Parts: sequence; C-alpha cells; structure tokens
Amino acid sequence: MKAKHQRLMLALVALAAIVGAGLLAASALKDEAAYFYAPADVEAKGVEPGRAIRLGGMVVKGSLKRAADGVTIRFDVTDGKATVPATFSGIAPDLFKEGSGVVAEGAFDNQGTFVATNLLAKHDERYMPRELEGMQYNETTHQLKVKP
Amino acid sequence: MIAEAGLIALWLAASLALLQLFLAFAGLKGGKVELLAAMRPVAVAQGVLTALAFALLITLFLRSDMSVLLVAMNSHSAKPWLYKFAGTWGNHEGSMLLWVAVMGVAGGAVALFERALRRDTHMATLGAQAAISLGFYAFLLFSSNPFARVDPPPPDGQGLNPLLQDPGLAFHPPTLYLGYVGLSVAFSFAVGALLTRAVDAAFARAMRPWVLGAWILLTLGITAGSYWAYYELGWGGWWFWDPVENASLMPWLAATALLHSVTVLATRDGLRAWTIMLAVVAFSMSMVGTFLVRSGILTSVHAFAVDPERGSFILALLAVYIGGALALFGWRIGSVREGAPFELVSRETLLVVNNLLLSVILGIVLIGTLYPLMTEAFGHKVSVGAPYFDRIAGPIALTLMIAMAVGPLTRWRRDRLPAVGRRLVIPATGGAMAAVFIAAVAWGRIGPLPFFGLTVAIGVGIASLAPLWKRKLLRTPLFTWGMVIAHLGCAVSLAGMACDSAFTVEKLVAARPGEAIRTAGWTLRFVKIMPLAGDNWTALQADMAVDRGGRAVMMRPQSRFFTSPPTTTSEAALLTQWDGQLYVVLGEEVEGGRWQLRIWWKPFVTLIWFGGVLIALGGALALVGHERRGWLVKWRSRRAVA
Repeated sequence: MKAKHQRLMLALVALAAIVGAGLLAASALKDEAAYFYAPADVEAKGVEPGRAIRLGGMVVKGSLKRAADGVTIRFDVTDGKATVPATFSGIAPDLFKEGSGVVAEGAFDNQGTFVATNLLAKHDERYMPRELEGMQYNETTHQLKVKP
Repeated sequence: MIAEAGLIALWLAASLALLQLFLAFAGLKGGKVELLAAMRPVAVAQGVLTALAFALLITLFLRSDMSVLLVAMNSHSAKPWLYKFAGTWGNHEGSMLLWVAVMGVAGGAVALFERALRRDTHMATLGAQAAISLGFYAFLLFSSNPFARVDPPPPDGQGLNPLLQDPGLAFHPPTLYLGYVGLSVAFSFAVGALLTRAVDAAFARAMRPWVLGAWILLTLGITAGSYWAYYELGWGGWWFWDPVENASLMPWLAATALLHSVTVLATRDGLRAWTIMLAVVAFSMSMVGTFLVRSGILTSVHAFAVDPERGSFILALLAVYIGGALALFGWRIGSVREGAPFELVSRETLLVVNNLLLSVILGIVLIGTLYPLMTEAFGHKVSVGAPYFDRIAGPIALTLMIAMAVGPLTRWRRDRLPAVGRRLVIPATGGAMAAVFIAAVAWGRIGPLPFFGLTVAIGVGIASLAPLWKRKLLRTPLFTWGMVIAHLGCAVSLAGMACDSAFTVEKLVAARPGEAIRTAGWTLRFVKIMPLAGDNWTALQADMAVDRGGRAVMMRPQSRFFTSPPTTTSEAALLTQWDGQLYVVLGEEVEGGRWQLRIWWKPFVTLIWFGGVLIALGGALALVGHERRGWLVKWRSRRAVA
C-alpha cells in the first residue's frame, strides 16, 4: 500500500471511530442520563419505576421519620404543587433537614415511593448542588419556584 | 509590599512573554536563527518571575496577610500552617497563578534544557509557548488578580473549605497542574513543528521526554486525587465521574495516546499528522477542563466561584488557541509528507488501535461531560453519571487492555499472525483459567463488567511481563522495563477496580457503645465515643476495636465540626491489610443513644492506586532510559572526536 493511500485509510478509520463513539454515546445517553424532576413534574409526566432520576424539592416539615433500624429515613418532598414520599438508607448530609431543600438521586419503586441512593444537600454557604441554586421556596404560599 | 512585588513580577513576566513572542516572530520572518540565543534568557527570566510571584503569594498566605483580598477570603489566621501554605492554590486566583507559574517554568525549561530540536523549530516553539502564556497572563491580571488589596483588612479571614483541609491538598493539585499545564509544551512543540515544517522522527525524539514528563505527573496527580476523594469524602468510592474528574481524565487519555503515537513517529517515522493532532488535542483538553472548572458553570468542590465574566474570558482563550492551532493544522498539514507506511500485522497497527480506542473513550467522556450543559441550554436539567460511563466506556477500555497485551508482543513493521498467536498462548491460558476460577468461586455474585475486568486484568498482567521472557533482565533496556511496568500497572489497577466493584461488602447500622458488629469476617467492637478538639475544629470520635481472629486494632472515625466556615465533615477511619481495606464512617446520633456507622470491607481496593503509581514509575523508567541513551551516544561521540 502506498503511503498516501495508507494515510487516507487511517483518516477514514479515525473518522469512523469518532462517529461511532458519538452514536454510541447518543444511544447510551438516551437510557442513562438522569433527568431532574420536581414533584409536580412527576405527577404531570409520570416516571417509570426503576428509571434513575434526580428529584428535587423541599423536605416537608414534620414528615421526616426514622425507622427502627436507625439508618433508614422516610420523608416527603414537595414543590408546593405536589408531594412525593421518599426513603433513604445511609448517613444523610448534615444540612439535610425538614424545611430545607434537597436533591435526591435514585428511582421510584413499584409503590410510588422514591428510593434515594444519594442525598445532595447544601454543603455550606458556598457549595450547593446546582439544582438547589435555582430553587426558591415561599414560606407563606408554600410555592416552590424552580428556575430552569 | 509583598503583594505589590508579586503583581510587578507578573506584569514583568507578561512583558517578557510579549518580547519572546516578538523575537520568535522576527527571527522566523527574517530567517535569523541566531535570535534563539536571545530568546533563551527571556524565557528563563519569565519562568523565574512567575515562580517568584507564586512564592510571594505563598508567603502572603503563610503570614496570613488579611489586607490581601484573596487571603482574607480563603484563609484564616487560626489554621494550621500546612493549610495556610496549601490553601494558596485552594481558590480560583491562586490556582490560576499556579497554572501560569507552571506554564512559565515549563517554557523556561524548554529554553534551558532542549538541545535536540532544530533551531528554527525551537524558536517557533518558544514563541507559541509565549503566545499561550500571554492569554493566561491577561486572564490573571485583568480578571483574577490574586494580589488585590482589601481596605480595611478583616481581623480573621473567612477560612478554607474544610473538605480541602487535608494533607492531600499539598500534593494533588500541584502534581496535577504540573502534568495538566506541562502538556502546553507538547502543544507548543506541535505548533512550532507545523510553522517550520519539521514534523519528522528527530522532532518526535525531542518532543517525547516532555510529553512523558507531563504524562507521569498527570498520572500521579490523578491517582493522588482519586485516593484523596476516596478517603476524604467518606462515600467509599474512588471515582465519581464528576465533571471535574473527567476534566483531568480527558487530557490524560489524549496524552496517553500521544505518548504512544510519538513513539511510532520517533522510531518508525509514521503517524506524523496524527501525532501533531494529538498534541494539539491534549492541551486543548486541559484548557476545556479549566473552562469547565473555573467558569462556574459546574458546581463542585473544585469550582471556587461562579463568575460569568471569567467564564467568557476562558471561553474566548479556548476559541483563540484551539481554533488557531486547528486552523494552522489544516493549513500546514498538506505540506507534511506522509510518514513511512507499515504492514497490517505490525506493532504500528496495534498502536493505531490503541490511539483510536483512547480517542473513542475520550470522545465518550467528553460528550457525557458536556451533555448536561447542552441540555441545560434547552431548559432540561440532566445529570450523567456512572451508569453511562460504565456502560460504554467500560467495554471499550477492556478492549483497549487486550490490545495493550498484544501490542508489545508484536514486531515493528511486519509480523505473522501465527507467530503473534503463539506468543499469546500463555497469557490467554492464564486469563481463561482465571475466568473459570472466578466463575466457580463467585458466579451469581459478580456482574459481567467486573467479571471480564478481572479476567482481562489477569491475562493482561501475564502478557505485560512476556516481553521480558528469555531476556537477560539486567541487560534489558530501561525503556523496555518502563513499558512492562506501566502496562503491568494498568492490569494491577484494573484488577483493583474489578475486585472493589465485585466483592465490596457494605454494612449500615446504628449501634450503641459496647456493641459488636460483625461483617465480612471482621468483628468491630464499638468501645466508646468521645469529644475531641483540634486547631480549628471540634470532633466526636468513635473508638472501634476491630479484629478478624487475630489481635485487635483501634480504628477512630470522626465527625468534625469546623467553625470557619461552619461545616461538618466526616473523617473516615481506614485499616489497610494486604488483601484489602476496612473503611468506617461515623454518622449522627439517633434515638436510644445509638450512632450511625457505615462500614465497608473492600478487597484489594488498594491495587487501584498501587497500579497508578506503577504506571507513573514505568513512565519514569522510560524517560530515564531514553535520556540516558541520548547521553551515552553524545558521550561516545565526544570521545570518538577526542
């Protein structure tokens, strides 16, 4: 094979590989990207059980209960329009408390409870999950605004 | 006065960069290669000035000079000295000054130590380095001045993010930056070679040590960062596919591909255009990473401040440098002659496969990292995490590992398939036996990716040692040793990853002092819990006496409360054994005087980082091996002349 042809072949193979990577990535992103939902979105659009999402909202005051094992908690997440029950097993972040914002990673089970595998709360004044940044909760009207 | 001196040093360095660029331009335009002699001291002085500016900023932090805004915002007078010192780069401005200092010193080193490069190419390379530096000087001086004063100075300062208050901060960022920014040298070499039409084997031999050096440091930096995140965050994971981690992985992938293609160019004079492209891509990935981290479009421990102006500034720099380099590539690549051709069955082909697979993984990581930003522009908030990366990057990485086993056992230029097959019999048998054994022991408990991961790791581990087979070990060249050890490191690291994801045992309990917890063959006796105070924190510490039949060892996980800024962090307790690590995290107190405890037994998890260190060590041996051969050749020729 002449050097010139070989270079052309290499360029074509490289192009095919990059395009292949793009297609592969696109197909995987369709299944695996976790979308962000507020409870109202969950009610309106519905989320199939088992699909990984991020659920964001406020922890309803008085809803936080700890199970007898000491490590499982149940709580309700609201955006003022809808409320979703959630559960989490593990060590919750320190700033996770009733009446404050939370972003939970996980999936719904068949009973419609959100099983969180990870809780992201505001870490301190300077570091917080991006989704929380745009959230504003109005104490009097109980309305949660989520900035897109 | 120190702050002003630092600022002056920066301005001087920036003016020298401008002078350096001008000299390169004048020299190349007028064909006066002797101007290189004038450029050398300019580049060295620039390196010295940037290093000085950085040293002055460190001094300000060590002295807790609160009249400097950056110190007041990010330090605290009651902090231990190590964190005052390392806190210098634990913020946006300081880390950008470190970036500029590394860039300046790297340019100085190229001026001082590079002797193999053609003189006009050398000039063009230094000119390119000055051109990139100028952009970052401008960024620092106009939008991120680390030496700005505040009046009146606050008494104490706001303190450093407690997550960063760890000895890891002293090691991980500087090492990573040396590698990350060191890649700018490869970029400048590529631009220099394109400008002066010097893309050939001699050029590749000159560029290789610089690429190797940056790659070694990048490898060490990523390994250190991974271990730091593992023990500091208390989540028991060692890689989170956080965009910022990806930002360091992407240049590494490109640099690894470059390292292999530059070897093809140096030894076989092939893959010319491709090598130049990779050198451009590698540093472009460093800049993309900086943009992601520093622009504030991502939130993480690494993103210090949200500031759209800075984001646009870096984006503009990105566009100019990457766009400029690609345009130059498009314009000049036609004039780069084709390199030497090679047969289909040859080591060159396998190195092309290596390069393609690395590029594909790079593309997948890049798309996964940018996708959330693109969807957010359309109003959808999306996060892309481990499921995506594991699912597609995982199998491709395993394929790459297999190619890595075959490559060194294949001859340059041309080989015969049956011969290659014969050399692979022993490693393949080893891998197959491992597969049968793992299936017999752990069938049903192990997922497909960890199963194949472990199998491939064992087969590749054996294959990586094969190049030493029947050789006199002491007479084997150092760079062959380097390759063997680096490839073995990949296998070791992969084995650690597979073991961690397949065999980790996790236990989550709430226990009272006096109780014993049993998990994975270990007994953890919860002795007591007590308060504790450090320099700038108070803590609750659990005493756990742990054993698995032998003598008990104390493990002491803590929950720490920092006052400035007010934050709680958990300090995990780790017990390292030959066959794995026990990892204990203390949570909060719950009803009945019980404390939450999260316990992991992670078999062979330490292999992940041990493998990373082996990879870097292999790189170091290869670097010394190549350089020493150069010295020997020079010494012999000098003696022959005498």
